[in-house]
Amino acid sequence: MHATSSGTASVTLPADDQILITREFDAPRRLVWEAWTTPELVKRWWNARRGEVTVAEIDLRVDGRWRYVMIADDGTEVAFHGEFREIVPTERIVSTEVFEGLPEGLDPEEHASLNTATFTEADGRTTLAILVQHVSNADRDAVIASGMEVGLQDALDLLEEVAASLR
Amino acid sequence: MARAATTTDAFNAVAEPRRREILDLLAGGERPVNDLVHALGLAQPQVSKHLRVLRDVGAVDVRSAGRQRLYRLNGRALKPIHDWVSEYERTWSERFDELDAVLEELKEKEVRNARDE
Repeated sequence: MHATSSGTASVTLPADDQILITREFDAPRRLVWEAWTTPELVKRWWNARRGEVTVAEIDLRVDGRWRYVMIADDGTEVAFHGEFREIVPTERIVSTEVFEGLPEGLDPEEHASLNTATFTEADGRTTLAILVQHVSNADRDAVIASGMEVGLQDALDLLEEVAASLR
Repeated sequence: MARAATTTDAFNAVAEPRRREILDLLAGGERPVNDLVHALGLAQPQVSKHLRVLRDVGAVDVRSAGRQRLYRLNGRALKPIHDWVSEYERTWSERFDELDAVLEELKEKEVRNARDE
């Protein structure tokens, strides 16, 4: 169970406007924090093996801005930005997140989410939990259609049952 | 938190806790309405309303058998949700795998630095 790497991220939908992502890392949290908040390191992991992160700007202070841009292998550009709301070094970052590629007519700022990343260490290992709290439900269908937001609550149990029923 | 009342797609339709309960019940097999009413402890009109929403998005199918209306889960309609979560999970898993590699380097650097001091 405790492989050094290649754990899968666990994604759950604890409420109809939340997404929770968790993952354990074989490293103390000061290092996970460093990898999470240092631009040149973010450039190395945020790509998700789908392209190149060309911009990683992090002004790590309350009201400071961040912005990440990735050029995917198929040439499409994906960009997010936001502002830091709360910073507890090595423990917690609260920030807004705005997807810059929403369909025409949707105000990206209105569809910002508030993300809380929590770093918890035990026995030299760190659990990272990212809670994505969607701020607005407006135009939900259009946003879901763009694939960038989901506003459903859920049990992954149900999804498993559904998956089973699809076989 | 207030939410839009739209139930035009499967995402919205399953976002309501009672409707998820219904889907959970139907995941166990086809059931008549009365069964659902009993299992949920709700009034029949409420259950019917939820079933209508689920039927509108194709999440459940209904058929008549004698005097009974039998409902069953239609997994295909819920596939977009399943696919979305799977894809989201895959993206983050791949980021975290890359992050593992970065962390290994940071750990090695710490060890080296400690040795050099």
